[in-house]
Amino acid sequence: MTRDRRLAWINGLLLPLFNVLTAFLATAVVFLFIGVDPIEATKILIYGALGYDEGLGYTLYYATNFVFTGLAVAVAFHAGLFNIGGEGQAYVGGLGIALVALYIDPTLSAWLVIPLAISGGLLFGALWAIIPAYLQAYRGSHIVITTIMFNFLASALMVYMLVHVLREVGQMSPESRNFPEVVWLPFVHDVFARFGYNIAKSPLNLSILVALFFSLLVWFFLWHTRWGFAIRATGKSNDAAVYSGINPKKIIVVTMCISGALAGLVGVNELIGVQHRLFLNFNYGYGFGGIAVALMGRNHPVGILIAALLFGILYQGGAELDFELQNVSRDIVVVMQGLVILFCGGLEYLYRPLLIRFLAPIET
Amino acid sequence: MNDLLFNLILTLDASFRVCIPLIFASMAGLFAERSGVVDIGLEGKLLMSAFIAASAASVFGSPWIGLVAGMFASCVFAMIHGFASITYKGNQIVSGVAINILASGLTMILTLAWFKKGGITPTLQSDERFLSITLPGVDIIDHIPLLGVIYRELISGHNILVYLAFAIVPLVWWVVYRTRFGLRLRAVGENPKAVDTAGLSVEGLRYKALLIGGILCGIGGAYIAIAHNAQFTKEMTAGQGFIALAALIFGKWHPYKVLAACFLFGFLDALALRLQGVVLPVIGEVPVQLIEAIPYLLTVILLAGFIGKAIPPKASAQPYIKEL
Amino acid sequence: MENSHIAIELIDVDKHFGSVHANDKVNLSVKTGTIHGIVGENGAGKSTLMSILYGFYQADSGQIKVFDKDFISTNSRQSIEAGIGMVHQHFMLVENFTVLENVILGSEGGALITESLEKARIELTRLAKEYGLEVELDVAVEELSVGMQQRVEILKGLYKGAKVLILDEPTGVLTPQESDELFRIFEALKKQGVTIILITHKLREIMSITDYVSVMRAGKMVANRQTSETNPEELAELMIGRKVLLNIDKTKAKSGDPLLVANNLEIHNEQGIKRVSEVSFEARSGEILGIAGVTGNGQGTLLKALAGILPLSKGSIEILGETISPKKSLNPQELRNLGVAHVPEDRQRMGLISDFIASESALLGYQNDKEINQGVWLKRSLVKANCESIMEAFDIRPTNPDLMSSNFSGGNQQKLILAREFERNPQVLIIGQPTRGIDIGAIEFIRKRIIEMRDAGKAIILISVELEEIMSISDRIIVMCDGEITGTVDAANADEATLGMMMANVLPSDKQNTEAQYDS
Repeated sequence: MTRDRRLAWINGLLLPLFNVLTAFLATAVVFLFIGVDPIEATKILIYGALGYDEGLGYTLYYATNFVFTGLAVAVAFHAGLFNIGGEGQAYVGGLGIALVALYIDPTLSAWLVIPLAISGGLLFGALWAIIPAYLQAYRGSHIVITTIMFNFLASALMVYMLVHVLREVGQMSPESRNFPEVVWLPFVHDVFARFGYNIAKSPLNLSILVALFFSLLVWFFLWHTRWGFAIRATGKSNDAAVYSGINPKKIIVVTMCISGALAGLVGVNELIGVQHRLFLNFNYGYGFGGIAVALMGRNHPVGILIAALLFGILYQGGAELDFELQNVSRDIVVVMQGLVILFCGGLEYLYRPLLIRFLAPIET
Repeated sequence: MNDLLFNLILTLDASFRVCIPLIFASMAGLFAERSGVVDIGLEGKLLMSAFIAASAASVFGSPWIGLVAGMFASCVFAMIHGFASITYKGNQIVSGVAINILASGLTMILTLAWFKKGGITPTLQSDERFLSITLPGVDIIDHIPLLGVIYRELISGHNILVYLAFAIVPLVWWVVYRTRFGLRLRAVGENPKAVDTAGLSVEGLRYKALLIGGILCGIGGAYIAIAHNAQFTKEMTAGQGFIALAALIFGKWHPYKVLAACFLFGFLDALALRLQGVVLPVIGEVPVQLIEAIPYLLTVILLAGFIGKAIPPKASAQPYIKEL
Repeated sequence: MENSHIAIELIDVDKHFGSVHANDKVNLSVKTGTIHGIVGENGAGKSTLMSILYGFYQADSGQIKVFDKDFISTNSRQSIEAGIGMVHQHFMLVENFTVLENVILGSEGGALITESLEKARIELTRLAKEYGLEVELDVAVEELSVGMQQRVEILKGLYKGAKVLILDEPTGVLTPQESDELFRIFEALKKQGVTIILITHKLREIMSITDYVSVMRAGKMVANRQTSETNPEELAELMIGRKVLLNIDKTKAKSGDPLLVANNLEIHNEQGIKRVSEVSFEARSGEILGIAGVTGNGQGTLLKALAGILPLSKGSIEILGETISPKKSLNPQELRNLGVAHVPEDRQRMGLISDFIASESALLGYQNDKEINQGVWLKRSLVKANCESIMEAFDIRPTNPDLMSSNFSGGNQQKLILAREFERNPQVLIIGQPTRGIDIGAIEFIRKRIIEMRDAGKAIILISVELEEIMSISDRIIVMCDGEITGTVDAANADEATLGMMMANVLPSDKQNTEAQYDS
């Protein structure tokens, strides 16, 4: 194998693999530190995620959210932008979905209503990203700080909406009324039942198909259209982009809108797929998880699908751990996210010198 | 005395207390950024330090041990950030975000593991916290009309970390502009090659800068948990690490200007809290969510650069790669 | 001991950068108190060798002796202590520090700097007087001219006690007259016993001021000569390894209609500083208009405006039937559609994307073409085919469109950019620094192609800081200094001295704007 091909393997597969393994190893250390046997914990985690039908269903349901936010972060990364606002964009995207679901004429066909609701999510997610995008492009305001601020603002906004605006009169808890059935995305177990197959009940619903669709769309857009080319060029070199007739400022705004829109799709799973109403914090953790997923998946839809699945496993496994073990809560998954981001992002070149020395040395 | 003036003094008093974490965090960020390293992880360092300080203060019964423990925890995270960005030349923003998320998760896990209650540490007794200090002469000066109130409410009656924060800013200025270290620090943030060819270690300087930042964030975090409050609660930093960054940019990386920015934030935040429940003409009662959103809104407005463009140190966010 | 005869001795110094053998068992001996030149093409290993001496890099093997003492340098500090100072090609100055602050950086002499600054001031004033290096000490470096900044660099070395001063391509940023000034300073230093090592690729300089010259080629030290016993032709042949045509054959230009007319241009750069004022010229079909000048006198800004990257503040450009003015600008895409091609000065940051594969770099600027897009679909098969065809046309190796752009040599990268721009059959070509940092074989190829385009009736505007290049391929030359045109000359009548004076804007009034004679 030529040296170039070896380097491609190292950069594309081995390096990310080593990084992820290190993150896992570090988590094992954390487990030991709090007095939990990491092997035991791993067994429980894997069983909880993949060992039984219902668990598997939950795993895929969580993974769906991570696909949306992972794609969002990845698209932004390709333009050289770090979108940390996924939490807020997902949250406000849900508002968009809810508004369509609650106020649309329920006598219309589901084939019309559901895409409209999805569009509501795309639109509102994009809206929540456009201001930080504009400020970065035209005023040089650091997008990392502004998107984080917008996460906090989203929280405030949504609490206000749910407490004062969308809450049903007389209801105690801050949530909207139920969406009309026409806008509900069917559960996978229901679909299977229609064809005579009996599988365990879980929140897994057809939004997973929406996730797969958008993965394909993003792949095609980024590598097989001239706009994707423009985005990737801008991300690699601002100067070369200007030289090529591309307007980097426009690209920043457009890319962030696409990114926000993708994050806004989380509500397609959580709201019209599972809960059928708008409620507080349905977005919690998925925005940041998307960062880990995008980094682990190296910003490519295929990698993102794999990484999203992995995080789905971790989330569901984490719930099982929380249930089975006294000392562990679901927040262990947050720790894992942090470690993945650290080793796949901040320390992504950690193993490169070693791998190159042993596997692709320079012939002198 | 005049009701409005008295309220103003009380608001100023509250602002002092509120802006303290911002001062420590922004000074920490100043050292990092001046050396050419972006530190998005201020929030995570504050949070981790707050947690460790509260835990240590509770376990060992002393706020001083809590303070030192908090500083240590913050430095550990600072070194992780340094390792990733300086030695391994990784993306500095990504490693900063990693630190924040790690801190978020670890504090939750450890509170559960150590104290059996997810998300909070035991409430601290008075002797385990930093309490208000009454400065000498309060009673004597109290007789003087305006000054008495100002001395009693505004100047006296803060805990020691508050006084430390205000003392630290001139110290930071002196270090950055009057010492050899400060000259080298500023140089490495503008042109690391110039520093390298002058025979100095770029990496060494940056690590030192991050270490100082770690110590400062440690004090800031300890302040939040064991001085301003009496325990650690989940996500108690509430974004102050990021607001500190905004203050740093707004203050154009100069210690005194940054201090002014921190104080501005603190004042507006304290003012907003006073407006809670107040009925304003036309708008009616201000919704509490809007009050809570004000610091974040303000940050965005400030960053939108309505106050002029801020130019960071030239070498900011770029790992130093030796090449001619 | 500084009384020793040999200041620097390098014995079998060897250095690899990855698979590149930058220094291949190099031997060098520099006598104390002499001016010793090191010549070689770009990439021959000269800068690397000197950087090892200066401690910036470490040699893989070999021995170094400084004033007869064994010397190992793991960082610049040890080199400075051993009395070695280096003035780099790109200055190592902190722009917003004053001259004084820049000089004491690293040698402050105490933890508090107020004292150190005062001590340094006294010492620097003395040094400056002694060597004729006067410069204002309290001004921020960014406000100084390039020539002044270079003085600061030299002062820095001397302040730190340099007995050996290495200068890397010092005259690239100077006019011929400023270079002469620099050489006078060298003589003054030499009188005081300072040893000077001069890295350059300019044979004229070697001949005029060095005592000894060493030639490097492809990482090896191939010859050591006493300057008085050699000549430029021999040195060139040693540098390249074969006989070299120092001039290119070209026929006289057959110039036709003006395709680009610039009227009274005033242009501000990205930072809003005025860089070009009252510039007017025409570029005619079948003619190469060369724009000469020292780096940083507005040519780069002018180039960007012609390419649609910067807007005009005043004036207009009439180009191929369209008019660009402050009110109406054309973006790079529109200019391309009109038939204007642009080869940028900075090939690595602007002309290509290092992390893109070759076929994608070959698409820059043309990604919206109808030929490769089918509706929304950018057909990669067509993109690849396009790249293959231009690679063949310009003999670019390796002929692999899927190879990362950064893996091509400098010459092949530049050829790729030229191929991309030339193959689209533009009417006007705007070219910046076409042969910077490229091996001689590629240089010959590229210059030939430019002349071919000219013979095919294109209007070509060529900007280069290499006076030799301007003089050898231009038909008409205009000179820029401080953002203005200081002279227009027909290439046949151009001589270096006059051009040099125009570049420094020091022409006596009767010699300004020599009228060019045109062939009809």
